[in-house]
Amino acid sequence: MTLGIDWTTDWIRRSAAVVSEHRGELITLDREIGDGDHGENLDRGFTAVLAKLDDLPADASPGDALKLVATTLISTVGGASGPLLGTAYLKAAGAVGQEKELDGAALVALLTAARDGVVLRGKAESGDKTMIDAWTPAVDAASAAAADGQDEVAILEAAAAAAEQGAAATEPLVARKGRASYLGERAIGHRDPGAQSSSLLLRAAAVAAAGTSPASPSAGQ
Amino acid sequence: MSGTPGKVGVVFVSHSSKIAEGLVELAAQMAQGTTLVAAGGTDDGGIGTSFDKAGQAIAEADSGEGVAVLCDLGSAILTAETALDFLDDDVRDRVRIVDAPLVEGGVAAAVAAESGAPLAEVVAAGRSAASGGDETTSVDDPAAAPAAGAPATGAAASGDRQVGYSRTVTIVNRDGLHARPAAEFVKLAGTFDVKATVNGKDAKSLLGIMALGLTKGASVEVASADPAGREAVDALADLIETGFGEA
Repeated sequence: MTLGIDWTTDWIRRSAAVVSEHRGELITLDREIGDGDHGENLDRGFTAVLAKLDDLPADASPGDALKLVATTLISTVGGASGPLLGTAYLKAAGAVGQEKELDGAALVALLTAARDGVVLRGKAESGDKTMIDAWTPAVDAASAAAADGQDEVAILEAAAAAAEQGAAATEPLVARKGRASYLGERAIGHRDPGAQSSSLLLRAAAVAAAGTSPASPSAGQ
Repeated sequence: MSGTPGKVGVVFVSHSSKIAEGLVELAAQMAQGTTLVAAGGTDDGGIGTSFDKAGQAIAEADSGEGVAVLCDLGSAILTAETALDFLDDDVRDRVRIVDAPLVEGGVAAAVAAESGAPLAEVVAAGRSAASGGDETTSVDDPAAAPAAGAPATGAAASGDRQVGYSRTVTIVNRDGLHARPAAEFVKLAGTFDVKATVNGKDAKSLLGIMALGLTKGASVEVASADPAGREAVDALADLIETGFGEA
């Protein structure tokens, strides 16, 4: 039971929907410790992605779809999250190549490459109060689930849950990267908007997998 | 390929189109013959940075001699770095993101580019803005600034000044060594291979010279520790004495 292009495009559509739905929340989080444009920027980016998604050829691979997301976010987001997430999707696309069907190992490779892309671009480390604080726990949890022999749905579920915990865990941190780093201790008590949006995107991946997976009897839980 | 043949181009990436365009305007006063390109704001004119604008600006500024890219806050650097990732390898090899304050570094880089300096020197000139005018290229050059008490390098040290040749002149133009004359001075200094100094500062460093804050009436020592530096010192001292064509 692997995940193919249907899962990938469903993940992307759900990402766009969840970003749109949480637009105001992300703006509020960013206004508290940044410049307030994160929700708007990301919504603009994913709206542009949706507009291009139908142009994907019928035989497109998951990697093709991820690359489309990458180039569109890089071109349209306008804030730091454009190059950061754009590089994440670009490296993720590279990691899965032209594989049509992604198994657990491929998903772990996809998530790891995405995280490494964010690190490469933003040079943040764990605990800097950035989106890395969602991505790295997600990668670690996915790797552990895969090593444990769990299926693709469970791997993505583990990643999403860990990302959500990681995003919540940014609240007590002082930021060491990005606009929030100018605030020093005033950033304490606020959740990092980038970690929050990344956890939303990873949750969308898990929901899409549960929905597109016929072999998962207890989808959703 | 476009840009100005034989010269390094300079690109300004800013969150604001007004800042980027204003910088082109400012730097162009001292670098009329250099391709300076603004990449400010998002594609729809808002506040933010544009990957497409950054990539296009680099292409527009590139004559084959290279491009120095100066950026403002956070995502401008990320956007510029991402634009570099998408360039062909041979183009990327001659594009540098300069870690320097946008205004001071951008003007210094533009003036260096105007003088026909190679990419490494343009980048060093830009970076010098971050260190108060001490260009990194001069650090490893023992002739640049003879330390007090150190033996003069090759020069016949006479008296307490350890330089090969020097002239002391007085600033005569009304506003002193402000940006435009300082840029002219640096450009002239750049035409000589030898190292010369102005009151101890590298004569090729725009920011170093501007940081001296030389006003009308100030006494200036132009010097070179290099035995072959006489011609350069005379030319630079003459330029100061003629008042840069200003009243």
